[in-house]
Amino acid sequence: MTTAEKYVTAAYCVIFAAVLVYVVIIALKLQRLERDVDELERRETKAEDDDRETISVG
Amino acid sequence: MGAVERQYRVPLPVLAVASLVLVTLALALVFFVVPNDADQGFSQRIFYFHVSIAFTAYACFAGGAWKALRHLWKRDPYADLESYVAVHQGIIFGSLVLLTGSIWARISWGHWWLWSEDQLVLFLVLFLFYCAYFMLRFSVDPGPQRANFSAVYALFGVVLIPVSFLAIRIAKHFIHPVVFTSNVTSNLPGSMLWTYCITQVALLVLAYTLYRIELAGKRLDLRLRELRLA
Amino acid sequence: MNYVADVRALARKDLLLELRARDTLPAMLLFVVATFVVFHFSLPAHSSRLAASGLLWVAIVFTALLGLGRAFVPEREQRVLDGLVLAPCDRSAIWVAKAIATLAFLSAAEVVALPVFALFFHGLRGATVAGMLLADVGICAVGTFLGAMAVATRARDLLLPLLFLPLAIPIVVGGVGASVVAAPGRYLGFLALYDVLFGVLCWASFEYVVTE
Repeated sequence: MTTAEKYVTAAYCVIFAAVLVYVVIIALKLQRLERDVDELERRETKAEDDDRETISVG
Repeated sequence: MGAVERQYRVPLPVLAVASLVLVTLALALVFFVVPNDADQGFSQRIFYFHVSIAFTAYACFAGGAWKALRHLWKRDPYADLESYVAVHQGIIFGSLVLLTGSIWARISWGHWWLWSEDQLVLFLVLFLFYCAYFMLRFSVDPGPQRANFSAVYALFGVVLIPVSFLAIRIAKHFIHPVVFTSNVTSNLPGSMLWTYCITQVALLVLAYTLYRIELAGKRLDLRLRELRLA
Repeated sequence: MNYVADVRALARKDLLLELRARDTLPAMLLFVVATFVVFHFSLPAHSSRLAASGLLWVAIVFTALLGLGRAFVPEREQRVLDGLVLAPCDRSAIWVAKAIATLAFLSAAEVVALPVFALFFHGLRGATVAGMLLADVGICAVGTFLGAMAVATRARDLLLPLLFLPLAIPIVVGGVGASVVAAPGRYLGFLALYDVLFGVLCWASFEYVVTE
């Protein structure tokens, strides 16, 4: 490969790597979102539980 | 689909970083380290990706069929979505096979399409088949029936893969034999072999990462929708 | 034994319905003959007779599609399928019966189509007819299975050809090979393999197509 070709190929590789860095960022964001939704669901079930009144029987 | 989800051992960001490292390594090896092929020269390098992507696509379709089987047989509640995402990844990689194969054909033989390339024709058939998978899935309302149909069709797909390949092979005897033949070098010398292996592993990891990402995204969507309705 | 009785009863129902309605089979016959005429006009002057042999198979596949499109429509429209599923029979019997009925229609259409082809184009050899029999089994097995799925979707008529054609490619390869090549044994064997593989797959999974 000539020097020019080497640079062109390197440029493409860098762009590819940049796209994959974006994938890493998405993965991190998704992880955070999952944690947030877990929190929301926990609050939702807790709210349901709190809504229920405990009535003594007997 | 509640808050309890399938637990994965490897967290998603770790996978993403792994695929970043491996794919970059593979790219570097393919373009800067490996020597030129004796017969085909520079253009042979595309084969490292072309073959790896093809195998990855097969793996995705097989994974989709496996999840489909789990859905039908074990009534696994997550398996339908996983099967769908796996098939989706399969068709993405399948399109890349067609693309890279076409580019190679153009470089090597001057034509954008070669009927003599078995793998390429097979992927064309599979592409048609799995596109119909999406048409089938999206013309049924979400529910157990859609899941069953998708699962059964995914199973048909994996049976079709070897049958189609055999069909394409035996069809060559009566379809006008074209002059060009493919020569994917079967015995790769040292550095080429492990470059190929690394590329293959890199693409499999990438495919799995993308699969997990898409799955996570879709699951989040479903959970949020449920929360909104609750 | 019960299974065979169920299949016989169901197949008989379909054949009787067709005998009385007489709409699908005449349509298939007319379609296949019209297709042959179109083929005459689409083959340029110096096309080989082999091209015509190849086109025969295209005609058969699309004629079969025509018949298959209508195979499950009565079941769906009059909700017969729900009743059948409730009946205490093995669900795959529904598929077997429907496939047999469709096979009968397709064979009946071919009994007319093949002589017409021989008249319009050129004679047919034994291997072609043998290949056609084997291919018909495959077409009807896979086609009725996919038809049952397609009829439950929104897209219905549009979907069946899309689902069916990729799966029909190996059948066409086997059939054309048997018609054209000097030693057709391999292609007939391939068609038999296709029939067995996909037949078993359809039989095992039809249960999931009609139930939830």
